[in-house]
Amino acid sequence: MALQSLDIIRRSATKTPSPAARGPVPAEVAKLIDTSKCIGCKACQVACMEWNDLRDQVGTCDGTYNNPTDLTAQSWTVMRFAEYENPQGDLEWLIRKDGCMHCADPGCLKACPAPGAIVQYANGIVDFHEEHCIGCGYCIAGCPFNIPRISRRDHKAYKCTLCSDRVAVGLEPACVKACPTGAITFGTKERMKVDAEERIADLKSRGFEQAGLYDPIGVGGTHVMYVLHHADQPGLYSGLALNPHISRTVRLWKGVVKPLALGALALAALVGFFNYIVAGPKEVGPEDEEAARKEQEKAHG
Amino acid sequence: MADRDHRPALILRHPPRDRALHWLLVIVFLFTATSGFALFHPSLFWLTNLTGGGPWSAILHPFIGLVMAVVFVWFAAPTWRVAQLTPNDIAWLKGIRYVVSGQEERLPEVGQYNAGQKLLYFTLMTCVLLLALTGILFWRRYFAGYFPIGVVRLGALAHAFLAFVVLISVVVHMSAAAWEAGSIRSMIRGTVTPGWAYKHRRAWFREMIRPGAGR
Ligand code: SF4
Repeated sequence: MALQSLDIIRRSATKTPSPAARGPVPAEVAKLIDTSKCIGCKACQVACMEWNDLRDQVGTCDGTYNNPTDLTAQSWTVMRFAEYENPQGDLEWLIRKDGCMHCADPGCLKACPAPGAIVQYANGIVDFHEEHCIGCGYCIAGCPFNIPRISRRDHKAYKCTLCSDRVAVGLEPACVKACPTGAITFGTKERMKVDAEERIADLKSRGFEQAGLYDPIGVGGTHVMYVLHHADQPGLYSGLALNPHISRTVRLWKGVVKPLALGALALAALVGFFNYIVAGPKEVGPEDEEAARKEQEKAHG
Repeated sequence: MADRDHRPALILRHPPRDRALHWLLVIVFLFTATSGFALFHPSLFWLTNLTGGGPWSAILHPFIGLVMAVVFVWFAAPTWRVAQLTPNDIAWLKGIRYVVSGQEERLPEVGQYNAGQKLLYFTLMTCVLLLALTGILFWRRYFAGYFPIGVVRLGALAHAFLAFVVLISVVVHMSAAAWEAGSIRSMIRGTVTPGWAYKHRRAWFREMIRPGAGR
C-alpha cells in the first residue's frame, strides 16, 4: 500500500537511503486540533471507525464520557475528557482528541526492528505497514505518547494513519471531514501554524493568557498539533506530555552501542579464529601420554 | 584389535547425560541466538530467514529462550559445587599469561574445571536467568502489558546487554575449546586420553587414577 504520491523518506530498520530521485519535496501536512472548539461529540471517533472499517468491542462505561476508555487496535482515536477546576474556582471541561501525533522524529519507527513495518512519508505522515509487522511491540516501547496498540487477534501494531490513503488522493482525514465545529482542520503544516496563531491571539484576548500551540520540539515537532487554552500545562489535558522526547533508555537501546557491540563480537570471533590458525591449538604430545602412563602405573602399583 | 593394547585406556570426561544436554543446549541456543540477533540490529534482520521469517522469529524466540533457560539450569545445576572458585583458581587466573604462553608448570594444578570454565559457568548462569526475566518484561504477547513502560524499556535494554555478554562468552568458550585440542572431541565422544587429562587437568587426572576412582 506504499502510495507513490506519499514518497517514503524514512523506513524502519533500514540503514540505506530511501529512494530519493523525486525532486521538489512536497509540503508537510498537519492536522490542527483546537481543543477550545471541541464539544466532545465524538463524530471524529465514529468517522475514524467508519473510514477505516474498525469495530471495537462494546466496552463498559466507567462513569465518565471516556468511551472507549483507551486507544485499542480497533480505536485509533479517542476523546479524553478531563474536569479541571481553574484558580478562579470555575470548572473547565478539557477535551482532547488523542491519537498518533505523527512525530517528525518518531520513536516508534526508531524502535521497530522490522524493515519497512513503519515508514515516514515526505509529507510527514508516519504509517504502519502491517504486512511487515512482526508483532514484537517495540514501537510501544519507542513511542513517547503511548499510542501504538498490538491487536489481540492478529498480533500486528495499529494506530492512526492520518488517513494516509485519503491524503494521498487529495482528501482530508475522515475525522477532519466529520468534525461539526471545525475544531479539527487539515492542511500544510505552515498554514496550520498560521491558523493556530490567529486562534491563539483570539483566545488570549478572551482571557486565556497561556493559550498556545502544542508542537513539541522534543520529537522534532509533530504533524498533529493542538491549540491548548493552557499550553503551559499540557498535563491538564488527560496527561499530555509537557516535554515529550524519545526515552533515553530507548535511544541507548537503539543507538550506537549496538553496532559497537556487534563489532566487538566480530572482533572476538576473528581473534579466536586467527589465533587458532596462527598459533595453533595446544596439543597433547607423546611425552604427556608417557608421563600419564608412568603415574598410572605408580598409582596402581 | 592389536592396536588396543598399545592405546592407553581413555578417561571419561563428559558422561552421556552431560553430552546430550550440552548439545541440546547448543541447538536451542542456535535458534535463540539467530532469531535474537535478527532483532538485535537491522543489519542482521535477514537472519529471520533462518528462523521462519519475521513474525515466526518474534513468536518463537521467547518460548525457545525459556526452553534454553530450563535446559541450561538442568545441565549446569549439578555442577554448582565443583564450580566454586578455590584459592588455586585465583592463583591460576592471576597467572593466566602462563597458560597462554604454555608454561602451565608455573601454575597450580587444575582440577576438573579450570578457573576460566568456572567463570564462564557463573557468567552464563547469571545471564541466562536474567535474560529470561528481562525477556518476560517486554514479551508483548503475554506479559509486557502488565509492566510500566519504563520497566519495559529497561528490560529491552538489559536483555540486549545480557545477550551481548552471553555471545562474547560463547565466542571465548568456543575458541578455548578449539585451542585445547581434544576438548571438543571429549564433548562429542565423552572421553579424553590420559595424556590430555595429565596435561590440562592434572589434579583431576590424579583423582581419576587413584585406585577405586573413576566412573
Ligand atoms: S506519536 Fe507515537 S506512534 Fe505516533 S509517530 Fe509519534 S512515536 Fe510514532
